[in-house]
Amino acid sequence: MRAPRAIAILMGSLGLALGILGCSETPPAESPPAAGSGARPVVRLATTTSTDNSGLLERLLPPFEKWWGAPVHVIAVGTGRALDLGRNGDVDIVLVHDPAAEDAFMAEGAGLNRRSVMFNDFLIVGPKDDPAKIAQASGPADAFARIARAEAPFVSRSDDSGTHKMELAVWKKADLQPAGKWYLEAGQGMSATLLMADEKNGYCLTDRGTYLAMRAKLHLAPRFEDPEALRNPYSIIAVNPAVHRDVNYLGAMALVAWVTSPEGQKIIADFRVDGEGLFHPLAVPPQEPAEAKPQKATR
Amino acid sequence: MRWTLEQLAEALRLLGSLDRQVLSALALSLGVATLSTVLAMAAGVPIGIAVGLARFRGKRILTTVLHALLALPTVLIGLVLYTALSSRGLLGSWRLLYTPAAIVMGQCILALPLVTALVLAAAEGVDPRVRLTALTLGASRWRIARTILAEGRGAFLAAVVAGFGRVFGEVGISMMLGGNIRGYTRTVTTAIALETAKGEVPLGIALGLVLMFVALAVNLLFLHLRRRATP
Repeated sequence: MRAPRAIAILMGSLGLALGILGCSETPPAESPPAAGSGARPVVRLATTTSTDNSGLLERLLPPFEKWWGAPVHVIAVGTGRALDLGRNGDVDIVLVHDPAAEDAFMAEGAGLNRRSVMFNDFLIVGPKDDPAKIAQASGPADAFARIARAEAPFVSRSDDSGTHKMELAVWKKADLQPAGKWYLEAGQGMSATLLMADEKNGYCLTDRGTYLAMRAKLHLAPRFEDPEALRNPYSIIAVNPAVHRDVNYLGAMALVAWVTSPEGQKIIADFRVDGEGLFHPLAVPPQEPAEAKPQKATR
Repeated sequence: MRWTLEQLAEALRLLGSLDRQVLSALALSLGVATLSTVLAMAAGVPIGIAVGLARFRGKRILTTVLHALLALPTVLIGLVLYTALSSRGLLGSWRLLYTPAAIVMGQCILALPLVTALVLAAAEGVDPRVRLTALTLGASRWRIARTILAEGRGAFLAAVVAGFGRVFGEVGISMMLGGNIRGYTRTVTTAIALETAKGEVPLGIALGLVLMFVALAVNLLFLHLRRRATP
């Protein structure tokens, strides 16, 4: 008889532990009742690692959550995956950076109300001695060609992200198909790829936001910049409720409105890492043509 | 060498300053791991005892398949359940994707082969004379199963411990089905994965240490229960 009692004690204590844990779980997760019950439902946002890892969303979303009255659930993946989640109706809204893939997403009717949110640019980071001499390159394609010629290590995202798509476009422009021991396909997020490039002492195409957020941990430094040719625009797109009837369209549109509002855009403009701005608002650009940032005066 | 030690020292320093978000991740990790272990035991104990006591053709094959399932990759479970739970999927209308419940489902599948295999082995290991004695005393099947439970209680607790350990430390399922949503589905392991990807090595290590401390505490609890369960 002792064994059943022991099991009862065990189950009881597990249940008790679970009960306590259930209570101590974060209140915002519990507060919004299921969709359709009258209360405001959660907004599910799929976005890229570049916006999430940089810390921008932790600044941009809380005021919205307070106003809207329900949390935003952020799922940070590559742009390709984020758009797929939108296609499948697994999220209500996407914040992504791959204009060509966004065009396809819109053409399929998967998304609605695409709005430009902000931009920054991509840059090529590399080792201090710049073995491929890309600092003297005439353009991004030439820089890539020099890296390929020197067979210097190059770490690629290779995860169908917006950054990866940009990289592939540059290779295409250079008329090259990167292959060989020097071309490393990481298949990971931007921060992890930068760390890998750092360990391999190689080159890497990165968005400026993630690079600035990671800069303190890297030996790599910018070796080639071209804000015009390597422009990196972000868009926000609501998932079409005609395709997926159960998506939170109202919440998605409210979030579109917040992110493209003067208040939301100001948060984006004011967002700094180590004193440097990471993103430039596009929907409501700042009034002054150039802020007091000498390095960015060209934009 | 120096850098490694620095990272470890920083991790220990961070242990003192872990915030509410870490506690919420820890609570979630414990909650989903406990629930999925309980559910896996609820299914695994009857299956394990039934198969362990029965004699039928193909039993060895079944056991072999069960053992092969111990190698089931968490990402495969995550992927297959994703296709089912996605809004487009078979169970899409349940709207469980990216919720703690989805993690429990996945972890349950992960733990089930393990606890079943251990219970099965325990049931087979029970002295056949116990069963015969019970039979000669006119015991019913249910009664025999209970006798087996009593005889193998140590082994069943071991199954609980192993199942809990397997799911508490897994990351693939939690990441794919939970989505690593801050304050909602972020577990300790997905937080470690995130901090690692961001290059926050000391914080990742600190979180890993927290996970290990809690695992140790849980196992001490089990040890206590086991001592009480064994005469």
